[in-house]
Amino acid sequence: MNAPLTDLDIPLPPDVPAPSPEARAARQAVVLEALKPLLPAHALLARREDTVPYECDGLTAYRETPLIVALPETEAQVAAVLRACHALKVPVVARGAGTGLSGGAMPHALGVTLSLAKFNRILDLDPDSCTARVQCGVRNLAISEAAAPYQLYYAPDPSSQIACTIGGNVAENSGGVHCLKYGLTLHNVLRVRGFTAEGEPVEFGSEALDTPGLDLLPLVVGSEGMLAVITEVTVRLAPKPQLARCIMASFDDVRKAGDAVAAVIAAGIIPAGLEMMDKPMTAAVEDFVHAGYDLDAAAILLCESDGTPDEVAEEIERMLAVLQGCGATRLEVSANEAQRLKFWSGRKNAFPASGRISPDYMCMDSTIPRARLADILLAIGEMEIKYGLRCCNVFHAGDGNLHPLILFDANDPDQLHRAELFGADILETSVAMGGTVTGEHGVGIEKLASMCVQFSPSELQQMRAVKAAFDPAGLLNPGKVIPTLHRCAEYGKMHVRKGLLPFPNLERF
Amino acid sequence: MSKPPLDLPLEALIDKVQTARAMKVPLLIRGGGTKDFYGEALKGEPLPTTALAGISDYTPSELVVTVRGGTPLAELEATLAGRGQCLPFEPPRYGNTGTVGGMVAAGLAGPARSAVGGIRDYVLGATILNGRAEVLSFGGRVMKNVAGYDVARLYAGSMGVLGVILEVSLKVLPVPPRVKTLRFEMDQAEALKRLRAWGRQPLPISASAWWNGMLVLRLAGAQAAVQTAVAALGGEVIEPALADGFWRGLRDQQDEFFGAAAKAVAAGATLWRLSVPQKTPPLQLSGEQLIEWGGAQRWVVTSAPASVLREAAAQAGGHATIFRGDKRAGAMAPLPPAQQRIQRELKDSFDPDRLFNPGRLYPDL
Repeated sequence: MNAPLTDLDIPLPPDVPAPSPEARAARQAVVLEALKPLLPAHALLARREDTVPYECDGLTAYRETPLIVALPETEAQVAAVLRACHALKVPVVARGAGTGLSGGAMPHALGVTLSLAKFNRILDLDPDSCTARVQCGVRNLAISEAAAPYQLYYAPDPSSQIACTIGGNVAENSGGVHCLKYGLTLHNVLRVRGFTAEGEPVEFGSEALDTPGLDLLPLVVGSEGMLAVITEVTVRLAPKPQLARCIMASFDDVRKAGDAVAAVIAAGIIPAGLEMMDKPMTAAVEDFVHAGYDLDAAAILLCESDGTPDEVAEEIERMLAVLQGCGATRLEVSANEAQRLKFWSGRKNAFPASGRISPDYMCMDSTIPRARLADILLAIGEMEIKYGLRCCNVFHAGDGNLHPLILFDANDPDQLHRAELFGADILETSVAMGGTVTGEHGVGIEKLASMCVQFSPSELQQMRAVKAAFDPAGLLNPGKVIPTLHRCAEYGKMHVRKGLLPFPNLERF
Repeated sequence: MSKPPLDLPLEALIDKVQTARAMKVPLLIRGGGTKDFYGEALKGEPLPTTALAGISDYTPSELVVTVRGGTPLAELEATLAGRGQCLPFEPPRYGNTGTVGGMVAAGLAGPARSAVGGIRDYVLGATILNGRAEVLSFGGRVMKNVAGYDVARLYAGSMGVLGVILEVSLKVLPVPPRVKTLRFEMDQAEALKRLRAWGRQPLPISASAWWNGMLVLRLAGAQAAVQTAVAALGGEVIEPALADGFWRGLRDQQDEFFGAAAKAVAAGATLWRLSVPQKTPPLQLSGEQLIEWGGAQRWVVTSAPASVLREAAAQAGGHATIFRGDKRAGAMAPLPPAQQRIQRELKDSFDPDRLFNPGRLYPDL
């Protein structure tokens, strides 16, 4: 299903009225001519059959054919391509492994997709200072693999880590199961280097712990390819924990499970991982991995402790006491590494397990305060009835980050439509409960409409101004992340926000 | 948890900004004034924030506190302590009138910073008043939040140049169950070497300080972890009350080193803050050096020319700030051209009329 691109946020050259096939071909010829001298022939793709694999990322419902795909091999080539595109006012969409789930790497119809897949070298790994300097296309897990011989690892572990790139992680500020204890990408990156839209070299962050003036690293991390093209990342490595043990806890009531999550944190425990699966999800994954999950449980919690053997022993005792006190009906502690991995296997296979029981699924991503976990689960239960679709849930419960998987059959256009409404309802309910429309997958193009609900027009305008400070011509990944006012007007929903307001008693239209 | 006051203070602030805009009069955002010494000279009509005070929301089980910008830092810390929680980054307190907004705007963190992260890492969201007198909220009260650009975190360390921090949501953590302090006699080179070696191991090191042939190390965390580490590392265990006083003195810059520094500054020397990669070897600089953050924060009291300090820091891959003393060489280290341009454009995007704290970081910011 194609989403037509009507919100082109960049000025089209005056002689190109609209992307008709002839105009597109002419434009492609102009851009190709400019890029040919800059890259080897094999690094420029223009024929449709060659660019098809780049038409979407992990959000396959949204596709667009790029004008050209460029696959530079050196930083000099990246800079040259950016300079050429800037001179011609050609949009540029950077792309890592294309595993993103919000359409952030979906091409621009009149733009260049800049694939950074060839930037896959680890440039320097310094075990003494616990840092690694890597090219943006290095896979997340590859960093940990390279650090392993030194008893070090790169902590953020998004589920796609065997495939996703560190550059992509920087673009999305990716999280993962362990981010409650070990932080997001932002907390584990020291410095990024790359180029502005004009092809000027630029650096954010430092190997020192701060930089002079304004701190721009947090703006760039999570900016979804909109502010700069990052080609190199210096990450912080952490000592590998000596031991990890996981508790699998069953609850006969969703609210008890939600309360248990809050209770663990309230007890001053920061688990290495704290995940939840609801009953339908447990059924789906048990059928798939046969790990011995409790099929009677209304919700299952996986609560992990890592550290030295002494630390883990102490922490597991404390966790068990809390979970027991919250009414866990069954408690099992992994006896060894193999069993620990078995406990996790279901959670880690939530997506493929759901794929087995349904022709299609829509994976949502939002965050709510931990205390509202049970509330949102119950609300989702009501939405299942309202929209006539099933929904299984996995949560990074420790962070309040939920991944509802809405099951449907895309062959039925009405089901697809209802699934989208269901998804939007979950996002907006999350905001109303004090949360956010995206916890870790990013806004991309998928959440543009929901951004209208989370932010006011002035806030969106301020963010547009931030973008303009980095990229005045608006050429990096236009049409993503920040919706236009026109888009918000079309969507028609009210901005829902808690916070300081002048004249709080006045009615807001 | 105190009840939030009426929004009259907020209205008053909005009003002042609108007036300043119309009259083209710059504003000096001021909480307790405890960081008046930091950065470049103060300019503008005072815009006090202290009336905008109160803890709007505190849910210990969520590890989040949401506070109005003018709230005294002391009040926030006392409230957190009452529930066994704290601001893990140990912001320094220069006097006891500092505000939470000022703390975030200054972006200065204490001894624990290298172990737990800086202020920016704990900002979850903020409501700000920009130079168009708009009240804008970014981020929220949850850590996993990637909706839009991370504007809230940009305010940490911004020294008021982007506008007023009206309210901020901060992640908090439980106070570590066990704390122990060890002391070792060793020179700077040995200290840096040991700190690097220890950094590779899963040790609960929460702070370190080297000065004058002595390395002091703080271990904090689970009982078992601290006990094991004390046994493994050796050194002399410092009695808790003494240790407590030491770390507080270091955090608030009231200890012997900073006392001597103040005297030297009064006599014409400069107190520099060098922020360099931890792996940086001992810097050959004249003057007293206090080293924190595993080597990443180095205080130098010296009369050497600014160029020497700036060069040394840049060579090491870091930067040098004139913390106290003659700032004619510029308090903050110069920026590369691309950075300078982006920072200036960002300032313009938040504060087009250049109302807020003009020149506090750089002449054109």
